[in-house]
Amino acid sequence: MSQLALVIDLNVCVGCSACVTSCKEWNTSGPAGFMSDDNPYGKEPTGTFFNRVQTYEVGCFPNTETIHFPKSCLHCEDAPCVPVCPTGASYKREEDGIVLVDYDKCIGCKYCSWACPYGAREFDEHQKVMKKCTLCVDRIYDQSLPETERKPACVLSCPTSARLFGDVEDPESEVSVAIREEGGYQLMPEWGTKPSNHYLPRRKTRLHIHEDELVRADNPLKKEERQPSAPVDEPTLDDSTSW
Amino acid sequence: MHPAFSVIFLTTLIGVGQGLFLALFTGQSYAAAQFLPAQNGTGFFAMGSLIALLFLIGGLISSIFHLGHPERAWRAATKWRTSWLSREVLALPVVMFFVFVYGLMHYMNWDMVIFVTSTGVKFNLSLLVGAVGAAAVFILFLCTAMIYAAIKFLQEWSNPLTIVNYILLGTASGFTLAAAFSSYTAPDLIRFFSVWAIIITVMAFVSRSASLIRNARIKYKSSIQTAIGVRHNQIVQNAQGAMGGSYNTREYFHGKTAIFLKSIKWLFMMLVFPVPIILLSSGMDDNNGAVLLAAFMVQYVGLLAERWFFFAQANHPQNIYYQTV
Repeated sequence: MSQLALVIDLNVCVGCSACVTSCKEWNTSGPAGFMSDDNPYGKEPTGTFFNRVQTYEVGCFPNTETIHFPKSCLHCEDAPCVPVCPTGASYKREEDGIVLVDYDKCIGCKYCSWACPYGAREFDEHQKVMKKCTLCVDRIYDQSLPETERKPACVLSCPTSARLFGDVEDPESEVSVAIREEGGYQLMPEWGTKPSNHYLPRRKTRLHIHEDELVRADNPLKKEERQPSAPVDEPTLDDSTSW
Repeated sequence: MHPAFSVIFLTTLIGVGQGLFLALFTGQSYAAAQFLPAQNGTGFFAMGSLIALLFLIGGLISSIFHLGHPERAWRAATKWRTSWLSREVLALPVVMFFVFVYGLMHYMNWDMVIFVTSTGVKFNLSLLVGAVGAAAVFILFLCTAMIYAAIKFLQEWSNPLTIVNYILLGTASGFTLAAAFSSYTAPDLIRFFSVWAIIITVMAFVSRSASLIRNARIKYKSSIQTAIGVRHNQIVQNAQGAMGGSYNTREYFHGKTAIFLKSIKWLFMMLVFPVPIILLSSGMDDNNGAVLLAAFMVQYVGLLAERWFFFAQANHPQNIYYQTV
């Protein structure tokens, strides 16, 4: 059993939306067909996306912090969108845990999107089927690509490496180590969906300098100068000991 | 949630059809036990079943408008093991089948007596078919309600009152229609159906009010803190990843003001409960079919508003991610 997932480091994400555009570019050109847009250059542009970056401001000025928050399907281990599908179009793959939609079976009833607390699914208004992040399933197993490129488009495009991709069931994988050691957490844990994607929190790097470290506590003179030399007429340690 | 009129019409129309069938079956049961005079098979039961069937078909047709790919709708019958929607897709034709057979048996007068008790009460075959049909009707009510009640994080829906409301509101509208129908076809039963319609409407008033009171004091489990995993009391969303709106901003928000929502609530609380009760009681006293029909029409319009409010009131947790709508 394995469970492929993303780990997104909020400490590193700068909100550039490279993951959004590369996701759209890869998937709209993919074998599953385009991801439709309406009015792309007009007043109210709208369209289907698998991944969006949202921005939040935490705190009150001047103590504020901006958090860029990429959100896509979390590929829950206990995905609530799958059992509600009346046709079986929504399914979770046994072999790698990716939640997918069979666009040829989907009847477009939208019930799965109601059953996702994260709003990760988007209805394509032109193809009339439900769409969602596939973890670039058409890319990560593609033997014609060099092995380093067999990763989701968003992961490859991230200029700050804020997105990690791997198997969260394997305790030694890059993602598992990051979750374990960097405090990875899940979104809305209260619903028991067990999201596979994890987020790494903001981590402040602070330099702790104690007062003792500014003033040398072990300096008997309490001021910085050359160590006094021993008196010349008395025996030294060197006279009694051979080192 | 954004109320979809296809689903509003689906749930209210099949509710009327199911309730009318339950009313017909109740009437026949009482007649079999000799509490009520027996009615004409063709003029009353067959005609009534036809009307119930038309309401069910109307609901089925309106449900088609909800689907992106109605030509694949047959696939929706496949996942009945896990999906309440799939179960509803199966239960609806089963109910339609029993309503059809029940009406046909009365129309063709295929109604042999299968069992007679020592006190002389006769059980007809149509009564047995009606009983199975009534069971199917309750299963359909359960399936329809569980589609909403089964989504645990839609906290307005996820409680047993949703099921009680669907059963009582559908049955109430069906009995009100039966009262109006009987004034044209079976005047002996006007009082019977009207009184039952009033009783069920009062019960529905109690359960719907209970759910309104419950929903008014919901404590939401999800918050912006759990949604993005940042522990701070003051978090403001600045960008939501979409400039001109997206599926997420259209599907989960009703887009109306709080005052509009409140007006719809009071509108349906008037139209579904007190007004039909007054019309029913005055209509049954002077056997006035027009007044009874008005009672049904008012209640149905009220149920459309009730269902609109039911959807609009549900607050989806994904809305936390779209606060700058």
